[in-house]
Amino acid sequence: MNISDIVFHSPALIVAIPLLGAFLTPLVAKINDKLRNIFAILIALITSVLVAILANDVFSNGIRTYVFGGGEPLVNNSYAIRILFEVDGMNAFMAIIASILTVVAIIYSWTFLKNHTGQDKYYTLILLMIAGMFGMILTGDMFNFFVFLEITSIASCALIAFYTNKGKAIDAGFKYIVISSIGALFILFAIGILYSQYNALNMAVLANSISFSFLDKIALALLISGLAMKAGIVPMHMWLPDAYGRAPSSVTLLLVGATQASLYGIFRITLSIFGKAFNTTGTVLKSATLTGDELIMVSSYPNVISIGWILIILAILTMIIGVLMALKQSNLKRLIAFAALAEIGYMLLGIGVRFASKYSEIVKMNNQEYIQIGFHGYDISALTGSIFHIINDALDIGLLFLVAGAIYIATKETSLNKLGGLARNMKYTTVFFIIGLIAVSGLPPMNGFASKLIIYESTFQLNPIIGIIAILASILLLAVFVKVLHSAFLGPKIPNLKDVKEVPKSMLFAMGIIACIIIIFGLFPNIVIDNIIQPAVNAITNHEAYIRGVFNGI
Amino acid sequence: MRLLIMKLILGGFLMVFETISSFLETLSTGSGLWNPLVWGVIAIIAFFIAYILRGFGRKDFKSEKEKAKVFLSGNPELKKEDMHLKSSNVYWGFLESLKWVYNVLEKMHTGNVSDYILWFVVIMGILFIIIGVI
Amino acid sequence: MLFNFPYIAVVLLILIGLATVIYKRNLIKIVIGITLIESGVNLFLITLAYRKDSIAPIFHGFTASKDNVPFMSLPVPHALTLTSIVIGVAVLALMLTFIIHLYRHYNTLDARKIGREEE
Repeated sequence: MNISDIVFHSPALIVAIPLLGAFLTPLVAKINDKLRNIFAILIALITSVLVAILANDVFSNGIRTYVFGGGEPLVNNSYAIRILFEVDGMNAFMAIIASILTVVAIIYSWTFLKNHTGQDKYYTLILLMIAGMFGMILTGDMFNFFVFLEITSIASCALIAFYTNKGKAIDAGFKYIVISSIGALFILFAIGILYSQYNALNMAVLANSISFSFLDKIALALLISGLAMKAGIVPMHMWLPDAYGRAPSSVTLLLVGATQASLYGIFRITLSIFGKAFNTTGTVLKSATLTGDELIMVSSYPNVISIGWILIILAILTMIIGVLMALKQSNLKRLIAFAALAEIGYMLLGIGVRFASKYSEIVKMNNQEYIQIGFHGYDISALTGSIFHIINDALDIGLLFLVAGAIYIATKETSLNKLGGLARNMKYTTVFFIIGLIAVSGLPPMNGFASKLIIYESTFQLNPIIGIIAILASILLLAVFVKVLHSAFLGPKIPNLKDVKEVPKSMLFAMGIIACIIIIFGLFPNIVIDNIIQPAVNAITNHEAYIRGVFNGI
Repeated sequence: MRLLIMKLILGGFLMVFETISSFLETLSTGSGLWNPLVWGVIAIIAFFIAYILRGFGRKDFKSEKEKAKVFLSGNPELKKEDMHLKSSNVYWGFLESLKWVYNVLEKMHTGNVSDYILWFVVIMGILFIIIGVI
Repeated sequence: MLFNFPYIAVVLLILIGLATVIYKRNLIKIVIGITLIESGVNLFLITLAYRKDSIAPIFHGFTASKDNVPFMSLPVPHALTLTSIVIGVAVLALMLTFIIHLYRHYNTLDARKIGREEE
């Protein structure tokens, strides 16, 4: 087989290889422990290589459709009856993020969990969760999305409750599975409503034939609220500090990826599936009334501006509440979890600004007046900033969680009140923490500044208050992490922390990978935006190309 | 002969300027320009200027005199280990002045799972009203 | 109006399930509420498959004539419902395991007393 065969089958291989690895891991673990570790990282590396090949192909050649079971996507040119994976620029971009997080998490957890029992089940569940995340990202079918969403949430809830000797972690896992299953059930209800109207489960077929009737509005409301609950948007965010704060650090790294995959679901549904309904124009009809005046009627088009504004209000609330609660915490991981919550608000702000910046004007074409609907110019840059912020946030918050795990391994303390003066003994960890601090609060020259600058400048043009609140949240995030730096790293030596040693090498290596990527993205943001982000933005706003991926030639 | 050398130097200068300006144009993000390498160069130059200005100070200052001791409004200075500020007490002023916000927030984050679903139903209702009716 | 009864039953099941999850304190009752919501959604999916005067989608070799060809009800929602029931069973088993562990740690099943951050 040659390279083109591998590229052709890679969407299925990216999901199938971790799934096979997950079920082989207990057998491999019976032989030797080191063999199991090497097996896990081998599976992750093979998947990352496949993702890189697929992303390279999609970014240069366009949408790639993979039909399970062979054959054409359409039967008789009208029915799409097979499950298919449709990979465009946005899917490839999210897959790159997931693969980076996977490799780092597995390298980190070699020595993080060295003295714990139950490591066999841990590696099995991590590979299963990765398979679920890749399936959720690459799929082109609505019910398939629901199934992979459930797989990811079941696997990750068992991983959150990893520390079974304490009661708090099990409670966090229980809350996560309750929230997750109720959200997924309402998503299934909305998928059922959409299926009953259009007799199709395929995303491209739905995008082609959608019209914004009353049942579609109900489905859209259910989908947005269900996915927003999984993504952690205020006021449905309260599972997030519990789940992120009480799980092992490498699991939290992958949970950040799973949360962003749910946010990707919101992007796909509102921009691609409902894209045609949001872009319709209406015709202006003229009719005469009894008094002889002319009555102008307009066929209804959806009120996208109010949808945009409710998303903007939710995003602003998320940013403010996340930062305010983070200032008060004294448990290190819970504090970083609230900071992660504040960063999710930035990602939702971009899509809200895009919808809220719609205008309508009356144009005259062929002696018939039409109402033309368009978007102002700054919506594309707001989307660019939000999508760039997805990868920046995953890397920055991931680095901070890994540093928190390193502190826990070295000192066995979780509360910030008992720490102090760690910078004398743990030099590398301090350097990584300072890099993470500069990146998360949006200071130059790291990558946080590049994406936040785009978000500030584009949301300022819609309404100045939004830009001001975004800048304020960044400044308060800087305050939060300077507090952590002062309490944990600077200061005199605490007597009972006299003999902490530096953490083992594999954890430093994992943190080093992420720090290098952060610095490279920060120093050359134009290379990243031109090659990775701009194809993703072009792919997600172009719902016609998404439809043509399945209906090619019609 | 001198004219030739001057032309060569001018030509070299122009080429360097051309590449620098085309390099500057490419790193534009958003609706403005941002170039982290230029920022780095300017930051290094700024540190250099600060270092030169530091060298203009007096060289005969010894820091063990009475003038350089810590003043704590007459309170005795304890050992260094007891003077480390605990992390719950940092930002005390900010947290005290926003007490009314934190009372509301603490009551909201109860911790039992039924309240989480109650908020979900509230947001679903608000989204129904906004998407469906307005 | 008679054919709308399954939809009314679906809405009632989901509302009763949501009310149970929100207003009850015992953890097992919260799990029962989640099962009620899941039953409501499965009933909704099966109801979508019904078309008037249809038969089950089993091919039994009738000769295709222009008239008197009976409708077949859609087979796809039945497949979706089976998948959803299996996922529901797995989630239910996981939740009950967590309740057993929680009872062993806290000795109570009150949702307001477990998992406090201050301990």
